[in-house]
Amino acid sequence: MTSVADFPVGPAPVSRRVLGIGAVLIVAFAVVPALASPYVFDAILLPFLALSLAGLGLNLLTGYGGQVSLGSAAFMAVGAFAAYNFQLRLGVSLPLALGLAAATSALIGTFFGLPSLRLRGFYLAVSTLAAQFFVQWALNKFGWFSNDSASGVISAPKIAFWGLDLDSSAGRYFFALIVVTLITVLVWRLVSGPEGINLNAVRDDETAAKVIGVPVLRTKLAAFAISSAIIGVAGVLWSFAYLRTIEPEGFNLDRSFQILFIVIIGGLATIRGAFLGAALIVVFPLLLARVSSALFGGVIDAGVLKLIEQIVLGAIIILFLIAEPNGLVAILDRARARLGRALRRD
Amino acid sequence: MTSLIQGAATAPFGGAGSDVVPTSHSPSPIFSAEAPLPLELKDISLRFGGIHALKSVSFDVRPGEIRAIIGPNGAGKSSLMNVISGLYSASSGEIRIGGRLLHRLRPHRLAGLGVARTFQNLALFPALSVAQNIASGLAFRRKVSLGAQILGLPQARRENARVTARVNEVAALLGLTGLLDRRVSTLPYGVQKQVDLARALAAWPHLLLLDEPMAGLTVTEKAAMARHIQALRDDLGIAVILIEHDIGVVMGLSDRIVVLDYGMKIADGTPDAVRRDPDVIRAYLGTDAEAA
Amino acid sequence: MMDWLNFLFGVEVAVGGLLSGVMYALVAIGFVLIYKTSGVLNFAQGAMVLFAALTFVSLIERGVPFWLAIVFTLAVMTMLGFAIERSVLRPLTNRSPMVLFMATLGLSYVIEGAAQLIWGTQVHRLDLGISNEPIDFGGIYVSQFDLAAAAIAAAMVAALTLFFRFTRTGLSFRAVADDTFAATAVGLRLNLIRSTVWTAAGFVALVAGLLWGARLGVQFSLSVVVLKALPVLVLGGFDSILGAIVAGLMIGASEKLAEVYLGPYVGGGIESWFAYAVALVVLLVRPSGLFGTKLVERY
Ligand SMILES: Nc1ncnc2c1ncn2[C@@H]1O[C@H](COP(=O)(O)OP(=O)(O)OP(=O)(O)O)[C@@H](O)[C@H]1O
Ligand SMILES: [Mg+2]
Repeated sequence: MTSVADFPVGPAPVSRRVLGIGAVLIVAFAVVPALASPYVFDAILLPFLALSLAGLGLNLLTGYGGQVSLGSAAFMAVGAFAAYNFQLRLGVSLPLALGLAAATSALIGTFFGLPSLRLRGFYLAVSTLAAQFFVQWALNKFGWFSNDSASGVISAPKIAFWGLDLDSSAGRYFFALIVVTLITVLVWRLVSGPEGINLNAVRDDETAAKVIGVPVLRTKLAAFAISSAIIGVAGVLWSFAYLRTIEPEGFNLDRSFQILFIVIIGGLATIRGAFLGAALIVVFPLLLARVSSALFGGVIDAGVLKLIEQIVLGAIIILFLIAEPNGLVAILDRARARLGRALRRD
Repeated sequence: MTSLIQGAATAPFGGAGSDVVPTSHSPSPIFSAEAPLPLELKDISLRFGGIHALKSVSFDVRPGEIRAIIGPNGAGKSSLMNVISGLYSASSGEIRIGGRLLHRLRPHRLAGLGVARTFQNLALFPALSVAQNIASGLAFRRKVSLGAQILGLPQARRENARVTARVNEVAALLGLTGLLDRRVSTLPYGVQKQVDLARALAAWPHLLLLDEPMAGLTVTEKAAMARHIQALRDDLGIAVILIEHDIGVVMGLSDRIVVLDYGMKIADGTPDAVRRDPDVIRAYLGTDAEAA
Repeated sequence: MMDWLNFLFGVEVAVGGLLSGVMYALVAIGFVLIYKTSGVLNFAQGAMVLFAALTFVSLIERGVPFWLAIVFTLAVMTMLGFAIERSVLRPLTNRSPMVLFMATLGLSYVIEGAAQLIWGTQVHRLDLGISNEPIDFGGIYVSQFDLAAAAIAAAMVAALTLFFRFTRTGLSFRAVADDTFAATAVGLRLNLIRSTVWTAAGFVALVAGLLWGARLGVQFSLSVVVLKALPVLVLGGFDSILGAIVAGLMIGASEKLAEVYLGPYVGGGIESWFAYAVALVVLLVRPSGLFGTKLVERY
């Protein structure tokens, strides 16, 4: 399959980029925690971080690698349940459980990535649904995974390790933020190194890549493995830090689509894209609810609002694909360039 | 230290004297007289359903020669090149690369055998820079693990430095140095053709397959490309298979010419011999007459 | 005796599976039609099934006579098809197939949401007047409804075949499907043909919606039939109606047999993924499905 969208415009000069990243980190680690209320942590920041990470993982596979996956939520589920069971059964600390969960997701992701060695395009996209349905089925069917809990819904263990108690809203935020930051740095290292070239080559011209000696099969499987590992960790954050419960239902096909939408809206094959897309996806429903209650004062009931949300979301996707295939990242870059020009003129 | 650079010379043919590091400063030929032939084809046939794209084609390529393949549109030139690169599998016949009989030629092994190619329709990676495109031609030589790359360990940095050095060298050879950081999709077609050649050259192949490298180029660009190809042979001793429609270029550049028509080899020899060959004249004039 | 009964039971399961396979094929055919002319895997096909069924049921519930409701729904589906072709697909001409696919994914959200916003979210019962009593064929019980559904599906496939074989529009559809470029070159009116095909797909969606709706009730979950049709589609090959039918039957039968004979060993409920597993195994051998056109790659 050829590329899903054009590559975004080239990166900003290094010095300015370093400044920008520094600013973002300061805001994320210092400014936001100082200002945010528990509601903002719990309802906005935590789902934002978890979904950003999932989007980042999928972007590696789909945006950079060109392999479309419709089964991301399955790997979130794998991660969440793996971490839960490693903690429950082996009594390992949370960081270790996180690592083991990533490894488990990578393993299962590689398995479900095997068809990519043979299938392309839609055939591959449809086959990734197998992961979605199989994993959900297995988690529902075998009580062992949820420690035979009667309802199938288990509460996640507290976020506490090495003598740290991070179970408060702010604590969970910091935990998630640190995990997301670390992984983002690693992903950035990966895509800006030789593996980034390989991914790109496989995405844009698989045959040429193969003939000139790019290890196509290895690259594809590595993309599936790493992407799944990241999405698995995102699943842990989602259920341990955000929801604080673990259940298969939350990781359904709609979640998979949601992650795909994040990547499309944010911008394929960019790191920032995952964050921008996730921000929009998380904030948009809250905003819609606010607007509707401000305008109509609660006349519109929640069910109708959900439908409107669904329609608008679908329309946004179509709109982005038509008008701005490079996503919010491209819009942001243009806006910044325009701002820069305006400032220079003055 | 130089494994990336000299790998091509050591790995594929393995014969005596083949571990010389060819650089633009040492025009010594890689192959001694008894070195194996870079390529030998025997009775290659290829079918697509009803189409008999190649009919029992045989020829060889000697070390350090430019071997042109010409013929009318649809004669099977690209198909032949695709067979040599393992993209199409011949229905019968033998292929030897560097003297080695290959029963099942797989495209992803090609680079390791010291063979590189360009494509009739550009097959660059448009989102990547020129440097990255060229570097992709060295991907198969990389040994350092992904983890080491991500963590930026010393061996990864050394490997990257070697790749960068090699990329710079190739870019300098083809006059692309000033464009290394440009995204390929922003470059004019003629330059993209050069990048394609640079990518193929990155790993220093023994045998280079060029499918219409001059198609769509301006006269000046063509001349530059011809000079480059000539330099590859004269200075670096690389054997080249050149598919080209511009007869003038072909006659001036090549050492020996294979002429294909309807999938059959109708002539094979020096430019002079081919020019005089009655079958060739008929094939070319025939098509010309029909086209007119 | 026991063996005989077991055998009969097995046959009954297989026949039941084949018949539900027809229902899968029904949805898959809608995909094939659009794929052949527009090169799009139209994920919104499931949403179209829901939309058609909801519209129809709501009309019936408001006292509109059966045939009038059919005609009206068909008109609505045609308009929907035109709207999609104009507002979504045309602006995306020449974009990669994956982009088109993602657009139809967004489209499915829009249509699903709109259908429920217009007609409400409650479950509607749909009675087509076909009895669900099983008929006894020498010890094998087969649902009457399933038989009728299969007959209707067969009639629909026949009608489509006739349309594409013998009408002018149908023939130009085939030309477009075979070679879009050449078809445009000789002046076939691509947009008209594509709109026609979306109408045909809307018709298929209506038939599928009625039959599935009568079975499951008309409600949100109806659009989920798309997930049943996808493995059928890849197994048969995206561009083959015959493939959709054969694959539908194969998956229907194997799924039911597996549920009965394999299910107990793994805890049951394997219908959710078994079809995908079957499709995958076959795809690994034939990457373009059973009847799909092989990807011709030229370099
Ligand atoms: N993948 C394929 N499938 C079917 N037929 C093919 C394929 N590739 C090539 N052919 C056919 O094989 C014949 C030779 O084609 P080929 O591309 O090798 O010609 P060529 O000599 O390179 O022509 P040109 O000068 O136009 O590039 C043609 O009839 C072509 O249609
Ligand atoms: Mg050719």
